Amino acid sequence: MSSQSEVRFTDFKSDKQPTWCPGCGDFGTMNGMMKALANTGNDPDNTFLVAGIGCSGKIGTYMHSYAIHGVHGRALPVATGVKMARPDIEVMAAGGDGDGYSIGAGHFVHATRRNVDMTYVVMDNRIYGLTKGQASPTSRSDFETSTTPEGSQQPPVNPLALALASGATFIAQSFASDAIRHAEIIEEAIEHDGFGFVNVFSPCVTFNDVDTYDYFRDSLVDLKEEDHDRHDYEAAKGVILDTDKEYQGVMYQNENSIPYHEQHGVTENMAEIPDGAPENATDLVREFY
Amino acid sequence: MTEDLNWAIGGEAGDGIDSTGKIFAQALSRAGRHVFTSKDFASRIRGGYTAYKIRTSTDRVQSVVDRLDILVALTQRTIDENLDELHEGSAVIYDGERSWDAEIPDEITAVDVPLKSLAEEAGGAIMLNVVALGAACELTGFDVAYLDEALEKRFGGKGSKIVDNNKDAARKGRDYVQENYDLDLGYALETTDEDYVLLNGDEAIGMGALAAGCRFYAGYPITPATNVMEYLIGRIEQYGGHVVQAEDELSAINMALGAARGGARSMTATSGPGIDLMAETFGLVATSETPLVIVDVMRSGPSTGMPTKQEQGDLNMTLYGGHGEIPRFVVAPTTIDECFWKTVEAFNYAEKYQTPVYVVADLALAVTEQTFTPETFDMDAVEIDRGNLLEDDQVAEWLDDQGRFRAHAATEDGISPRAIPGMTDGAHMSTGLEHDELGRRTEDTEVRVEQVDKRNRKVETAKAEEAWDYREFGDEDADDLVVSWGSNEGALREAVALLEDDDVPVRVISVPYIFPRPDLSEEFEAADDVIVVECNATGQFADVLEHDTLQRVKRINKYTGVRFKADELAEEITAKLKEEVPAQ
Repeated sequence: MSSQSEVRFTDFKSDKQPTWCPGCGDFGTMNGMMKALANTGNDPDNTFLVAGIGCSGKIGTYMHSYAIHGVHGRALPVATGVKMARPDIEVMAAGGDGDGYSIGAGHFVHATRRNVDMTYVVMDNRIYGLTKGQASPTSRSDFETSTTPEGSQQPPVNPLALALASGATFIAQSFASDAIRHAEIIEEAIEHDGFGFVNVFSPCVTFNDVDTYDYFRDSLVDLKEEDHDRHDYEAAKGVILDTDKEYQGVMYQNENSIPYHEQHGVTENMAEIPDGAPENATDLVREFY
Repeated sequence: MTEDLNWAIGGEAGDGIDSTGKIFAQALSRAGRHVFTSKDFASRIRGGYTAYKIRTSTDRVQSVVDRLDILVALTQRTIDENLDELHEGSAVIYDGERSWDAEIPDEITAVDVPLKSLAEEAGGAIMLNVVALGAACELTGFDVAYLDEALEKRFGGKGSKIVDNNKDAARKGRDYVQENYDLDLGYALETTDEDYVLLNGDEAIGMGALAAGCRFYAGYPITPATNVMEYLIGRIEQYGGHVVQAEDELSAINMALGAARGGARSMTATSGPGIDLMAETFGLVATSETPLVIVDVMRSGPSTGMPTKQEQGDLNMTLYGGHGEIPRFVVAPTTIDECFWKTVEAFNYAEKYQTPVYVVADLALAVTEQTFTPETFDMDAVEIDRGNLLEDDQVAEWLDDQGRFRAHAATEDGISPRAIPGMTDGAHMSTGLEHDELGRRTEDTEVRVEQVDKRNRKVETAKAEEAWDYREFGDEDADDLVVSWGSNEGALREAVALLEDDDVPVRVISVPYIFPRPDLSEEFEAADDVIVVECNATGQFADVLEHDTLQRVKRINKYTGVRFKADELAEEITAKLKEEVPAQ
């Protein structure tokens, strides 16, 4: 388990060099995750990272922990399984906007409503990067891409609103390049008892020339500097549904959050299975008398 | 006097057919009689013909036959559907006071019992089926008192008044027949001192999973696999486990995969359409070398097919499904008790070989209840083999020179060390991407080949280390060989006896392993004729056996949606043996 010496964030770094494009927002997103994990007293041996697919999904390779790189869109069910089997382990899921809000939208709704105790980080660059620049569910409706030459004409998904509607107990948004705030927000998500959801603005410098670092730097409103009460559901609804502004910070946190495994009385490490007949084994057969 | 009695109740779905049948089956089982049940149901909640049939004997019974002795008919359709199976000694219990005029052939004894009125006298019309059970007891010489325990089991939770009313209802049915009819149909159900247990295949799978230490189950409701989930919920918690009803099958298998990565023994169960959805993640399970048990309770396909009907059509899907080339094990229980034992085995294979294991059962096994002696499920005989799951202090042996854990080490037997979260220095990534020993993505040609070979080598190791055997019965010296898989075994066992009477000796091999599977080359070589029996149209098992043995076989295929019956099989085998041998 945890080593005696204090864990440093670099302990979560693997020796594999990222193949993300230079300047990719995912570098900042990942650094913040590693810092937050270290700051909350976790170490690679008690952390499980479930990665989605696409550029963001590569994070499992660049971080060092127990991890799995799953199939497209299914990170949340995997993370749910890990957490249920191992309530003693810190579970984090990470993916992109396509992974989370397109193919994985159904799972997002259900992991959120179950309130599984994990941190879900979505690297939202509002574009499909690894397949070279198609529209994503969070792309602006007038954004021209190879698959939407005249713009999609569809409104983008509002992931924060989707989370709120699904009964989320922790909803936050951060900006990959605002290193200190981003790490702080992830740290809060980790410490939240339940589903800690963080949508991260993680600019794609290759395919998205609209949602750029400059754009976010100029438009971002930090809720920390506003008079926002995260425990006030109506106030949260206000900022979440306000699509005229780009917010950073924790929009909503339910103080009464009870994580899924606690709701169901799951406390044991399920990996520990005694050899031989189960306890009260005869009861299993006797039921069929 | 016949020892073997075939009883059925039929009506509309929603009439309580299932629970009534189960009460009678439990009463018979408590009276020390063997029971074999079968269900005929339509894919709807209310309306639609549904029936519950019981075959009971003091000997072991393991198949259905084309014969019905006592029929409780709540609708005319119940009578019409079963006309073929009724015979001169049969009796039909019906309620003449109800709005339909029952048309019952003259040679069959019609027993008109005012089921509803008597039930109302006992406390409520809802108990009319129980009145019918009482009437059936009288006709079969079965003491109505045996129903009491089953009624307590069924209604105990609803309070003693309900239980007492039901007991009373049963007695009213018995008394009515006693007082108004003077019948001797020649049935007298003997009882014994045996205490049998009565369970179906789904329940046996669930019980096997618990016995094997399964702690996590995720599934999505689907006929006929849902009972596995319903069995585990409420029970698995007693062992520190949990069941999640997932949002879909994709989620279910991914959750199960996650729990397995966490180190838990983990399982999902579904039927054909769900297996299709799970195929996406199946490859990841295999490539990431995650131990996982995936149960497929087959029903008629393709697509939605016939959800409530029998078929053995998914063999190819479980054997070949998923893109790319994927090592997997496929075990297929042939009896209800094997549903228990093969599930236990599946968990051991999954962890020993770090691979997905399919447990393929079929609807006929899943919904059929059968009596067993309790010792059949001897929990002390359950052994748990967790394979190469490391102890904390063993992790160090598997680190490379830079201290990284070699989760996919290309060992000689193909089986790698396994570290789970919490183990110091065991942290590693796994992925569906081709990867190196450390679990990192690679497109290196040599590493690719090394990893593919390593994964396939596990199968070779398993082939050498495990007994991929089969069960054999019939006449071992017979010239002709019948081969079967899945639930057909029960009907075949009885068919063999019928064939013996007709002086048609056959040797039967029932195979519970699809992959790896026993090599039957010598057996095929030695036989004159080989007939492969299966519930599908194309002969999927026959195909693989022909491939294995380079010998053509004859095939008996049934794909009506109804399981094989013993007498029908005996006839078909006799006819098949007379056919020309197919060209080699």
